[in-house]
Amino acid sequence: MADPMKIRAANKDGVTEVKILMSHEMETGQRKDASGAIVPAHFITEVTASWNGKVVLQGEFGPAVSKNPYLSFKFKGGAKGEKVTVSWVDNKGDKRSDEGVIA
Amino acid sequence: MSMNEMNARRDAMKKMGGMGFLGLLAAAGMITPQMALAAWNKGAFEAKTLADTLKALGAGTPVESKDVVLNAPDIAENGAVVPVSVTSNLPKSQQVAILVEKNPNALTAQFTIPEGTEASITTRVKMGQTSDVYALVKSDGKFYIAKKEIKVTLGGCGG
Repeated sequence: MADPMKIRAANKDGVTEVKILMSHEMETGQRKDASGAIVPAHFITEVTASWNGKVVLQGEFGPAVSKNPYLSFKFKGGAKGEKVTVSWVDNKGDKRSDEGVIA
Repeated sequence: MSMNEMNARRDAMKKMGGMGFLGLLAAAGMITPQMALAAWNKGAFEAKTLADTLKALGAGTPVESKDVVLNAPDIAENGAVVPVSVTSNLPKSQQVAILVEKNPNALTAQFTIPEGTEASITTRVKMGQTSDVYALVKSDGKFYIAKKEIKVTLGGCGG
């Protein structure tokens, strides 16, 4: 399983800003290794962020999202101490889910 | 079918056969391999040209709009990591997508914006070469677009 995500969430004036750093190779499937063989594509396809059981962002990635994807967004609501849950699935079916506490 | 797809499929088959992590989850009734990939818009992500991508997204011919703000550097020294942020000032923005015209597949990422979430997304993308980058926003059922050229000094898709 992949390394944990780094999730930072901060509430200011009723709006929570979430910053996520995922740990993933994001291999495009276009690159060749030293022997000339194509390195198979391996990238995150779906990302979902939720707060209090409500989905606050749903994203789909292609292989052209940078290695160790960064994502930030804002949603209305969220209070200090509450949790934001982020999960992703990649094209090989690997998945990961982590939580961040709103500051 | 491209080699990449075949590889991906072969890997998926291996996983299922080998009762890997997914297999375990499937056995536990939590998830099936099909479910894991079902929502991903394969057609749009595998479309090669900008026009085909827009078609696959159902965007047709989007209208250029000043209310779609695409924030990115003019020049990216490293094409592997190009920060891009899209903000829509249009009401009822439901969907945001980032497209890089000259990448092998134009669609880079797309987001669904539920009510209560601001249509303002920042991420980082790879660019193989200097290209026009598009921000596509679906607002109240209609599509709007903004464009910016980003010059790339060092491509991010080669090996």
